[in-house]
Amino acid sequence: MDKILLCNIDKPDSHLIDTYIKGGGYKSLKKALKMKPENIVQTVKDSGLRGRGGAGFPAGLKWSFIPKDPTLRKYLCCNADEGEPGTFKDRAIIDKDPHLLLEGMIITSHAIGAADAYIYIRGEFAFGAKRLDEAITEAYEKGFLGKDILGSGFSLDIYVHRGFGAYICGEETALIESIEGFRGQPRKKPPFPALAGLYAKPTVINNVETLACVPAIIERGVEWFKSMGPEKSPGPKIFGVSGHVKKPGLYELPMGTPLREIVYEHAGGIKDDRKLKAVIPGGVSAPMLTEKDLDTPMDFDSLAAKKSMLGSGAVIVMDETTCMVKVSYIISRFFSHESCGKCTPCREGMHWTTNVLKRLEEGDGRPGDVELLESLCTNIFGRTFCPLGDGAVMALRGAMSNFKEEFDYHEKHKKCQVS
Amino acid sequence: MLSEKVKKEIEGSLKKYPTPRSAVMDALRVAQEERGHLTGEEMREIAGILGMEPVRVQAMGGFYSMYNVEKPVGRNHVQICRNISCSLLGAEHLISHMEKLLDIKTGETTGDKKFTLSTVECLGSCGTAPMMQVNDDYHENLTEEKIEKILKGCK
Ligand code: FES
Repeated sequence: MDKILLCNIDKPDSHLIDTYIKGGGYKSLKKALKMKPENIVQTVKDSGLRGRGGAGFPAGLKWSFIPKDPTLRKYLCCNADEGEPGTFKDRAIIDKDPHLLLEGMIITSHAIGAADAYIYIRGEFAFGAKRLDEAITEAYEKGFLGKDILGSGFSLDIYVHRGFGAYICGEETALIESIEGFRGQPRKKPPFPALAGLYAKPTVINNVETLACVPAIIERGVEWFKSMGPEKSPGPKIFGVSGHVKKPGLYELPMGTPLREIVYEHAGGIKDDRKLKAVIPGGVSAPMLTEKDLDTPMDFDSLAAKKSMLGSGAVIVMDETTCMVKVSYIISRFFSHESCGKCTPCREGMHWTTNVLKRLEEGDGRPGDVELLESLCTNIFGRTFCPLGDGAVMALRGAMSNFKEEFDYHEKHKKCQVS
Repeated sequence: MLSEKVKKEIEGSLKKYPTPRSAVMDALRVAQEERGHLTGEEMREIAGILGMEPVRVQAMGGFYSMYNVEKPVGRNHVQICRNISCSLLGAEHLISHMEKLLDIKTGETTGDKKFTLSTVECLGSCGTAPMMQVNDDYHENLTEEKIEKILKGCK
């Protein structure tokens, strides 16, 4: 398969506009500016592109919810708050191919009628934020941004908004709160951002990788996009593989590539030729899978059928020496650290599961701890204000259902069975 | 007191947004960049510029974990990742090694104010784990030797 999303990143000076243009960049923008906005929306709808940030919502459908009223101010926000542990795909595009993202954003803004767009980038990506600022300046100089872009009558400004250490800002309503200058805590939905989002105006929020798919869809067309992957989630996908593999890294493959192929062919198999124990297929919220599930195609629906998630496509591989109580503790610690504090089940519940897992892991477990964890999961799941608590519980439940005996062993023998 | 340079940068940020309040994150960040941490006085000044109540600015400083409110950090803020992908490849071991090298515990600053050591949960560099960030720079595929070299190279 031709690379689309990662085709530039290995070129020297891949971040510069001249390199990007020489490789055919900004051609799609020229084409899109001649198209009617509703035709762009329809094209993206027909392509079947689904959001690459985790939820997998159809991108074109999301855009079509934006009211057509030309007197209304509208916004596009690019979600570049990549923070799900295991995930490192968007950073590659931001750092090494920022113009691909900008081109996708300009086309999307034209499609939905936005005159202002923000890139919400996590605070730690200081280098990426600088790269984006430079790329934006270059795009203005070439007339791809600003007033009357390439004489089309369409005008757009793009700004970089830097987060500062809050995972929850990747949730779209928390992201909006944060740009508005508040603590990043999720808002109640409805109203959905498409009707009342940033500054109470209609707003589209898309992940970096989603927006980076847009130029190619415009240039190569719907049929081409749909020729890759399963019918219901087509297109290219970046898989980020980390953990116990020989060749960790980013692999751009068709959506629906089997997990086994990703781990054993692309990522070179298990490090030191050990045995595989478990794989988290889509960032830490996604329940882990084991050997028996390795032939699962990596797409939204196939993983949902296995009671897991594609999430961000971040594949974390663990070999036979890995202690699942420890892994669960690390994941739980993360979610409790990142709980925004707005609702009690998540704020208190995650803190509690983390403490129980910590003592189990450190050999201080008490009789009944495993049962306590199960009851905490029941009391958190479905009762939190936003999906953060659910994600945390799903991860923990995934580990406990696959490796219950390890948890029991820790509780009973006050030590680890594996390491 | 905010320097003229910081005030100017805040002015620049104001242009990005329809409401001044939106510039608060940028304002806090540029103020912090000068000394590595934020003081109550600086936050009150920012509140004045943006027309916000000081308590609202403080709430921002408390919510976002990268603001160091009244918490001075050393010239080199070493943040080592301990989340899953880094942990699978030995982050804990490297953290203890670094504590030994710097002769401080995680969360502390060396006596000469040269280093502050913190742990963080995933910096989006999991494919090149284990990793750490020193000020704005990422260092990846860490080993004991590599860490020693990086720390030696710090001013
Ligand atoms: S787990 Fe360490 S950078 Fe992601």
